[in-house]
Amino acid sequence: MPHLATYVGLADHSEQTLADSFRAIAEGHAHVADVFHTCRLLAGWCDRHREALAPVVDRYGEQGPGQEGVDEPERLHAAGLAQAREGEVGLLRDLQDLHVLASLVQSTWMVIAQGAQGLRDRELFQIAQDNGTETSRQIAWLDTRMKVAAPQALIVAP
Amino acid sequence: MVTANATDANTGPQPGSGTDRTRDIWGERTPHPRGTPWPTRVDLHLEDGLAEDQVDSWVSSACLLCSNGCGCDIAVKDGRMVGIRGRETDRVNHGRLGPKGLYGSTPWSHSPDRLTRPLVREGGELVETDWDTAMGRVVARSKQLLEEQGPLSHGFYTSGQLFLEEYYTLAVIGKAGLGTPHMDGNTRLCTATAAAALKESFGADGQPGSYADIEHCDALFLYGHNMAETQTVLWSRILDRTRGEDPPKVVCVDPRRTAVAAEAEATGGVHLAPTVGTNLALMNALTRELLEHDEWVDHAWVDAHTIGLEGLRAAVAPYTPEKAAEICGVDADAVRRAARIFGESEAVLSTVLQGFYQSHQATAASVAVNNLHLLRGQIGRPGCGLLQMNGQPTAQNNRETGADGDLTGFRNWDNPQHVQELADHWNVDPMTIPHWAPPTHAMQIFSYAEAGTVGLLWISATNPAVSMPESERIKRILAGDQCFVVVQDLFLTETARLADVVLPAAGWGEKTGCFTNVDRTVHLSRQAVDPPGEARSDLDILLAYADAMGFTDKDGGPLITWRTPEEAYQHWSAATRGRPCDYTGITYEVLSGPTGVQWPQGVERLYADARFPTHTEQCETFGHDLTTGATVTEQEHRAQAPAGRAFLKGAPYSPPHEEPSEAYPFRLTTGRTVYHFHTRTKTARSRPLDERAPHAWVELAPGDSQRLGVTDGDLVRLEPPRGSVDVPARIGEVTEVPEGTVFVPFHYGDHPANELTMTVWDPVSKQPTFKTAACRVTRLGAGNPTDQGEEG
Repeated sequence: MPHLATYVGLADHSEQTLADSFRAIAEGHAHVADVFHTCRLLAGWCDRHREALAPVVDRYGEQGPGQEGVDEPERLHAAGLAQAREGEVGLLRDLQDLHVLASLVQSTWMVIAQGAQGLRDRELFQIAQDNGTETSRQIAWLDTRMKVAAPQALIVAP
Repeated sequence: MVTANATDANTGPQPGSGTDRTRDIWGERTPHPRGTPWPTRVDLHLEDGLAEDQVDSWVSSACLLCSNGCGCDIAVKDGRMVGIRGRETDRVNHGRLGPKGLYGSTPWSHSPDRLTRPLVREGGELVETDWDTAMGRVVARSKQLLEEQGPLSHGFYTSGQLFLEEYYTLAVIGKAGLGTPHMDGNTRLCTATAAAALKESFGADGQPGSYADIEHCDALFLYGHNMAETQTVLWSRILDRTRGEDPPKVVCVDPRRTAVAAEAEATGGVHLAPTVGTNLALMNALTRELLEHDEWVDHAWVDAHTIGLEGLRAAVAPYTPEKAAEICGVDADAVRRAARIFGESEAVLSTVLQGFYQSHQATAASVAVNNLHLLRGQIGRPGCGLLQMNGQPTAQNNRETGADGDLTGFRNWDNPQHVQELADHWNVDPMTIPHWAPPTHAMQIFSYAEAGTVGLLWISATNPAVSMPESERIKRILAGDQCFVVVQDLFLTETARLADVVLPAAGWGEKTGCFTNVDRTVHLSRQAVDPPGEARSDLDILLAYADAMGFTDKDGGPLITWRTPEEAYQHWSAATRGRPCDYTGITYEVLSGPTGVQWPQGVERLYADARFPTHTEQCETFGHDLTTGATVTEQEHRAQAPAGRAFLKGAPYSPPHEEPSEAYPFRLTTGRTVYHFHTRTKTARSRPLDERAPHAWVELAPGDSQRLGVTDGDLVRLEPPRGSVDVPARIGEVTEVPEGTVFVPFHYGDHPANELTMTVWDPVSKQPTFKTAACRVTRLGAGNPTDQGEEG
């Protein structure tokens, strides 16, 4: 099952990337109190998702980038956000970047859930379901926060 | 409705008998058995030497110095307000008034430092001017910003002190005239969580209970609510039950040992003192305990009238009483005893206030209180009350009218039909009404003002320079050139001193209008005297602005068609038809009777039929993720098919954002004293009240003070990771804080507790968290004797 292993690896890496990016945006917009606290909270969710996946990674083995096997998911491997942008428009674009990263994580969990069902791997299916549900909540927050930030950033901000 | 009747009239002391109610804050007891009317007792205070029969006239009103909403009459002599008398016939107070109402209601009105003329900033100084000049500057700036940047350049920050007619007028100006989403009130600091919790559970704001539930309950739960100091008249109503036959058991959730906690112990109830910031863990344990005792849950009712039981069960599963003991520092058996009282009582009344609303995970913890009532099916029946309290007397109206972050008439921003209804009522294009995102909350408005993208900030009847978190930052924002600040107030407050234009406002008794309290009782407060100098009512000021701006409807006619408070009220009333807060039928004439009147007319308790306003077409919100604050979409809401059933929603506990550390070993929490209201704008101008608490102080636990070598009255420095204040210490007071925690009152502009608090807010209600911060405590030396106050 080399392809499932690759996707398990993708989930692990993209959760890590999303966690790091949430933390970078939290620090970069530390003066925006809700962004600071919520991004740190949501980064913790990503950590938890990786912890939940860890036993499965041990079981299937992790197919990371650069390793032999299938290379398509490598092209999906998104670069994280190392640094936050400035100002109200910058915040909006950073939130949108997080949204893109979180969408990759979400679709990865969906794909893994499909594979897990095919294999009747109840443990992996449950993990993919639970994690994917929380990823959707992360995306819902990003949607909500972008809707709030957009009008001021697009119309009034310098 | 339970009202006192005339046969009880002679129970209390003689009016004006001279009792010092700053010492006897709840007044004489009038105990009575369960299920009988609360006896009346008329409280009166007149200026020195004046007798009741020397008063020229008595003008009907209701008290504005806490959120209780006590009916009263204002005494007028020679064109001045000279005293106050409780209304014996009013359903709220049955004649009583508290010390703030008695001694603080009128002295401010003839204070020599009232604002009597408009002020404008000239060469850095505020100088007196006339109305045309002052309003001319506001209008010029407003028009310029509209032209250059559009309506999002305008922000309004109001109060829980204005009248309904004024909020409504402002809401129409902001939403239909300008079209800005940047409107909020300081209600965000006091009652945003009450509204949020009600909306999440029941689909719309609106308090289910009645004060008369006190007469019918057999258990009383007060969550983070030091009612003995914050609503003294309501507390005296409770004392008249707890000191009478067949008293209810009281359960108090408060980290401090307050008078409420003492009463809990005296009635065989429980005092739970959770570590500051851990309310949700405790609530989850109480909920779990209820679910563990299946016989305590009214399953038939829950099945028929709620959704979400299994989700709630899963959310609270980890929180055993032992787990709560570990997180909250409470006794596990005390949690079990409290849950048993809730589970075995036939009629529980719950009240919630700032100890929950201004603390960590505010909305989730307050929703948990609603959950307990829903699990027992205890709502809408006599005694089964739920009062998500308000901090201010007119906060409810700010929420109803939508002068804050709500949409007029408890409507839903996300529902195009609701927006269309308002567009029709105001005769404007629905696109004018900014409904594309949740309205901007106060903290965000100030951030926009800081950045200058809000270029005009209009502040009415509130003092954010003292009351908001990180007050030094707020002062910088107000003083800066990036934002033009208009302040409308009675006095040159800390905030007004930083404004570009200051408009002198008429206060209570100097204008006419309505306001509504926490059990939905509407009072009409009539004008008793003329405002001083050139001061004008807030309504007149707003109308003058609207006239000068020339706001029009879509047919080119004037947007604002009313001139008087009664006309504004009628327009408002029509906007509420068919909504949960239906004011129709409650006319000025109806409100001129012997008592305040509840909305909707003739309904003492909401949800007696267990039908909740949760239909997707009807609800005020589709709800939120209680942990992140993410909004639930219309599709998600519809898929749940709530159809009139209430929501049971749970969330896991997470630790507070700032925990004590080696460098900052204490938990700092803030709160109120019975003698002051808000930033003391009125109460500091009452000698009897101010003498009792003239200075800020810090309360320390006796053990901590010993370790620090601090004795009563010593000057100590409190330092969180930001700012510091130096205040005298109080030790061994009746109200005792737990070890490791210090308490500071927030009223004092010269020692602002809010300089110590961090900028963080609840994800759903957006209410700032004033209750949890870490700090260190250092003894500076023996205190100045004049700084020690006089608390006995």
